[in-house]
Amino acid sequence: MDIGVVDLSRLQFALTALYHFLFVPLTLGMSFMLVIMEAIYVMTGRAIWREITRFWGKIFGINFVLGVATGLTMEFEFGTNWSYFSHYVGDIFGAPLAIEGLMAFFLEATFVGLMFFGWDRLSRLGHLAVTFMVAVGTNISALWILIANGWMQNPVGSAFNPDTMRMEVTDFGAVLFNPVAQAKFVHTVSAGYVVASLVVLGVSSFYLLRGKWTAVARRSFVVAAAFGLASSLSVVVLGDESGYTLTDNQKMKLAAIEAEWHTEAAPAGITLFGLPDTSTRTTRYAVKVPWVLGLIATRSVDKEVTGMSELVLKAQERIESGVIAYRALDVLKRNPTDRTARTVFEAHRNNLGYALLLKAHIADPGKASPALIASTAWDVVPSVPVMFWTFRIMAGIGFLMIALFATAFLLASLRLHMTARWFQRFALWAIPLPWIAIELGWVTAELGRQPWAIDGVLPTFLANSTLTPAMLWTTIIGFTALYGTLAVIEVRLILATIAHGPVEDPLETAPQPTDTPALARAA
Amino acid sequence: MHLFDYETLRLIWWALLGILLIGFALTDGFDLGVAALLPFVARTDGERRMTINTIAPTWEGNQVWFILGGGAIFAAWPYVYAISFSGFYLAMFLVLAALILRPVGFKYRSKRPGRAWRAGWDWALFVGGFVPALVFGVAVGNVLQGAPFRIDSDMRASYEGGLLGLFTPFTLLCGLLSVAMLVLHGSAWLAMKVERGAVQDRARVYGTGAAIASIVLFALGGLFVARGGMGFELTSAVDPSGPSNPLRSTSVASGGAWLGNYAAHPWMLVAPVLGFVGAALALVGIRGKSEPAAFAGSTLSAAGIIATVGLSMFPFILPSSIDAHSSLTVWNASSSESTLFLMVIVTVVLLPIVLAYTAWAYRVMFGRVSEREIAASHDFY
Repeated sequence: MDIGVVDLSRLQFALTALYHFLFVPLTLGMSFMLVIMEAIYVMTGRAIWREITRFWGKIFGINFVLGVATGLTMEFEFGTNWSYFSHYVGDIFGAPLAIEGLMAFFLEATFVGLMFFGWDRLSRLGHLAVTFMVAVGTNISALWILIANGWMQNPVGSAFNPDTMRMEVTDFGAVLFNPVAQAKFVHTVSAGYVVASLVVLGVSSFYLLRGKWTAVARRSFVVAAAFGLASSLSVVVLGDESGYTLTDNQKMKLAAIEAEWHTEAAPAGITLFGLPDTSTRTTRYAVKVPWVLGLIATRSVDKEVTGMSELVLKAQERIESGVIAYRALDVLKRNPTDRTARTVFEAHRNNLGYALLLKAHIADPGKASPALIASTAWDVVPSVPVMFWTFRIMAGIGFLMIALFATAFLLASLRLHMTARWFQRFALWAIPLPWIAIELGWVTAELGRQPWAIDGVLPTFLANSTLTPAMLWTTIIGFTALYGTLAVIEVRLILATIAHGPVEDPLETAPQPTDTPALARAA
Repeated sequence: MHLFDYETLRLIWWALLGILLIGFALTDGFDLGVAALLPFVARTDGERRMTINTIAPTWEGNQVWFILGGGAIFAAWPYVYAISFSGFYLAMFLVLAALILRPVGFKYRSKRPGRAWRAGWDWALFVGGFVPALVFGVAVGNVLQGAPFRIDSDMRASYEGGLLGLFTPFTLLCGLLSVAMLVLHGSAWLAMKVERGAVQDRARVYGTGAAIASIVLFALGGLFVARGGMGFELTSAVDPSGPSNPLRSTSVASGGAWLGNYAAHPWMLVAPVLGFVGAALALVGIRGKSEPAAFAGSTLSAAGIIATVGLSMFPFILPSSIDAHSSLTVWNASSSESTLFLMVIVTVVLLPIVLAYTAWAYRVMFGRVSEREIAASHDFY
């Protein structure tokens, strides 16, 4: 076990995933916005809506390819970087990934080609159906990947099999209908819709500020305002905090986010601000609002939100039980038919993962002393200051988005969105904010999962492949350079497309003097 | 408990693994071949755009066979997923880096008019076609040779040897065969899909060379396997329905064992015969200007060559060259019975739907691509 390799593998995975998720949310949201825009075109038959759909479709396309390119890496990085993870949970974790390919990737990838190349070969309704399939495909893909991710946070429907030394599925229905996965799915795709809405709203505002392409811009503004308001409400109201009371690890995540060092009487108050101090295990200068946390987290006034110290005590008990399972497993490895050992193992196997936490400190967890077990129990606490702050920034931006889209919706309803220059400037400069929020959302969810790769089952520091730091540095540096270059190219192309506006690009085709869109004259 | 027993499920998933790899080679294979040929068969910008647009509307769906291959191996053969991709770590990242160049290359090339810009993306697309084709072949060669890994009692795998160790004369030969096979497939596609003229003529020239190279390299590969003493044999009793635990079976390197299956089951000879006959048919089709025959030939040849590898090795999937208790076989490397069963059902339901709408997408885009058509439409790259 090499700490350097584990940390580098985590760095590589974090970079790939965070980079991948710069492009995915825009794809998730914009695909549905294209459906809305094209549906208006099909229903009204007005050419301007075709123009609108094609223009945003162009930006969608530039962004889409990088989502695909980076997703390719993700599909294989479990195998390349997390070999032991792949062996240990592949029986459960692989299935959603394979189904994602069959059910979602084929759909989006096959139809995205027709979406771009089929304008002249398909009927209006046929093309709309194709665009819809792309949107459905991208969103189903998010569903399956979040079922996989949700299982890492709340590993239901599975048990350790000593004959194969891995987790195996016992109940697929439970994996599929995992409440953590469902909450994450709604939360994540809604966040993607917010990103896409703000891109459309912000760019439309830019055009309105400049007085250019206003026919496209004011219509796009309205679509984005409505879609964005619904989505931003959905992100916050259906935020995935509701899943945070389910398991010990999810409870720990919540306690860390709130810097709740000890359980307090129900309903718990929420800490708005403060300075969590990990050495004294207290939060200094805490500003608390009574009741709110209990209401959000437990949806009740009488249930407690468990504090970190109490959760650590529980972890200590689970480590003690896990050590018994670990010793029994040692016997079973040598003699698979030993029935006593099997009975003991089965009684304690749900805590086997907790014994593996000891491997960070001692080679054989079976020989751990009570003092070591007590100190190791504190390993289950993630980094409290990081959790505390990433969550607050994310949630703050979430509320800001509701305000922003509510204002946009109001302005559009009052037909003031063409003239409210203060808001147009604000919407333009706010474009990066939801990206910051979603990236921090992943940081909260996945750092909050630590020290586990799979909650309560497999610690991250055991999940890696047998690689060398040199190999990891080679690919991290190479891919950072490659991804960095591509990101710069993509941003430039998108900016050029925006600057160029919704007129068909003469560079892409031979000049066609007759092809002057009505829009160009209108603007 | 189920419709199929564990042994049958493992056999089904072994066959599906082959079908997925063949599906990838037959669909995305010609995209790789066309990309590798791009700078050579097409010289002017108009020719290059025409070449790119023969695959532009459909390549993305084809690539999903590769992604699905990864996901399906993860779901059905988790040991294979865990050990092969981490063991071939640097090679895998090389392939991924090359493949990443394709989506951006296709999309971004046409966004700016500059000659240097477009030439740069043309070479990026070449890399995106040639490098994966080569590395996939080299990887298959390494699988045939056996890979230097061992599994400990916790089932953690470790490896000996780095990136350069993957390149031996035999594995390079496999790499070149893979390139020849996919370039043949790509040129057959191109000849069928571009208007008659300079690009088609050049595609036929490269196709001719690739067909001959496929036949020669496939024969040489067979000779290597027969004379080079390649192969492994199970030496312990095997329970085809036993738990997936490689440590409970034993295997040894055994010269010539990879040919043993053909003696035991002569019907398996269909695969190598298809490999040769398909390439010969492609050659005849290309020379006789019958493009559909050429494409049918390259299709059969690629399917035959890939099936040959799988059938030769059965029941091995990934043999270990350094440890008798680590080789992965059909009987010791699969998922649990429940997972295999579920995934069979999912595949049986979804794959026909996928094939149906894929066929529809090809029908919508049916017909030869011409330079004039591209110049007249907004939609092409």
